[in-house]
Amino acid sequence: MNGDTSSTAARLSEELAAGRVTSVEVTQRHLDRIAEIDAPSDRLGVHAFLHVDAEGALEQAAASDARRATGTPLSPLDGVPIAVKDVLTTRGIPTTCGSKILEGWIPPYDATVVRRLREAGLPILGKTNMDEFAMGSSTEHSAYGPTRNPWDLERIPGGSGGGSAAAVAAFEAPFAIGTDTGGSIRQPGAVTGTVGVKPTYGGVSRYGLVALANSLDQAGPVTRTVLDAALLHEVIGGHDPLDSTSIDEPLPALVDAVRQGESGDLTGVRIGVVTELGGEGYQPGVLTRFQESVDLMVKAGAEVVEVSCPSFVHALATYYLILPAEASSNLAKFDAMRYGLRVVPDGDPSAEDVMRATRDAGFGDEVKRRIILGTYALSSGYYDAYYGQAQKVRTLITRDFEAAFALADVLVSPTAPTTAFKLGEKVDDPLAMYLNDLATIPANLSGVPGISVPSGLADEDGLPTGVQILAPAMADDRVYRVGAALETLLRHEWGGPLLDRIPSLNGGTA
Amino acid sequence: MPETPPPAGASITREQVAHLADLARIDLSDAELDHLAPQLSVILESIASIQGVAGEDVPPTSHSVPLTNVFREDVVVPSLTPEEALSGAPEAEQQRFSVPRILGEEQ
Repeated sequence: MNGDTSSTAARLSEELAAGRVTSVEVTQRHLDRIAEIDAPSDRLGVHAFLHVDAEGALEQAAASDARRATGTPLSPLDGVPIAVKDVLTTRGIPTTCGSKILEGWIPPYDATVVRRLREAGLPILGKTNMDEFAMGSSTEHSAYGPTRNPWDLERIPGGSGGGSAAAVAAFEAPFAIGTDTGGSIRQPGAVTGTVGVKPTYGGVSRYGLVALANSLDQAGPVTRTVLDAALLHEVIGGHDPLDSTSIDEPLPALVDAVRQGESGDLTGVRIGVVTELGGEGYQPGVLTRFQESVDLMVKAGAEVVEVSCPSFVHALATYYLILPAEASSNLAKFDAMRYGLRVVPDGDPSAEDVMRATRDAGFGDEVKRRIILGTYALSSGYYDAYYGQAQKVRTLITRDFEAAFALADVLVSPTAPTTAFKLGEKVDDPLAMYLNDLATIPANLSGVPGISVPSGLADEDGLPTGVQILAPAMADDRVYRVGAALETLLRHEWGGPLLDRIPSLNGGTA
Repeated sequence: MPETPPPAGASITREQVAHLADLARIDLSDAELDHLAPQLSVILESIASIQGVAGEDVPPTSHSVPLTNVFREDVVVPSLTPEEALSGAPEAEQQRFSVPRILGEEQ
């Protein structure tokens, strides 16, 4: 087992509790794995990390071992190392959001999610790569170079949280934190063969999550198993007075829901297949694996109904009005005055000249596109036709969900319309890039929870596909129950986890 | 910007993009305008389909989970020290953010 980083977080938790391994050993193994395969993307490294905090992680690991030795662990996950998407503030560890405008910024405070990880004793390995300010579906919009998909290093790992998903798929971290504004946890999960959960909006605090679109952003778990996701979700979730949109109610029992689902029995569960999230625009291999998953769930006792959500066809347009509108307002804070980059043009520039020059130099193309689009959507004369209209369609999408959840306990669809595409293929074609989030966006617009579970490899390219399971707001336990059941059923078919089939990197342990 | 709603399928001109970039305080170069303006037109054409989808009677949603009047007790809690608050500043002086001149020559 020495040098092996394939253990799940749940297994590590057991081994740490039993004293069979120390947190320092586990953390060092993962740091070694990172050193071995993560090297910059131009040398065919995975490049999942923007910053590795080896010293800090080992210090936290040693402190965890000391707690375990005196029988006072902070949580069952005390000592299990984790990676954090670089959009969450980490006190003392650089936070860049994948942007040049925040290069080298060291936050003076922790995000609530990060604080809860520390309070539960999880050593933080480092910060993971992402599309700049979480704008993208491939991680190619990172100002620091793309992350590569560990299944095929010439391909994208999804985005915006491609770094977290790739780190977990490549066994560089047992699990990670992601954020999902339009699919940035679930879509990378689907294309890397990992599990990703977007919790109910307000279920996990956004305090210290550098906002892309406040009304859509939600942090959540990125893992290799559904159980690990539930364990992590229970650590980071729950009410936070520092986030005024945080839901002041206890989380449902998520780990219990996984235990129930792991029996593989779905008797009495009504599963709704959404007509609008399939068919045209979806790769045949993705649809085949999806249908197989549905058939397996039926065999396990689930009842399948087809549900129509007619307003979902407008979800993409709605999203690309609401998101840029919110983003253009949020990113106004990068003004070169209080933190981040400051570019001073020649002569005797005014503060405004400095702002203009800094924002031009500090933001990448996709960020500029969305700021301009958002500024347009919010302009007087266009506001009602675009932003106002999008807010109304958002209501229609929520009504579709309500009608669908009257007929079904959960809704299912393919997570992403295609498998991982080649790096560079869509990087300068914004519309083609936006289509990757076709199936994931409706959940963000309505705030409902969703999970992506690996559903196999597409026949045409041998790359991972994912199934998305959605539940009503605050019913996160349902996505865990059905997700765990599907995972159990599929592993039974495959004879083991999908990630057993990932190619090993540099003779690694995978 | 014009005060009348745009026609369905509206595109966006290079001049409009330049104006919007100005409003958003981004100093776009000519090359960037050439590159971004056509892309923004394509995006806008595709999202223009949303016009007229929802009728007058549909209320707008700003947040998916409706919460109003979220209050907390008015209790003083520790905050960042001045050193911490200024730790990321490009320039600081006398415990303040130091900024370039904010008035133009004509002011």
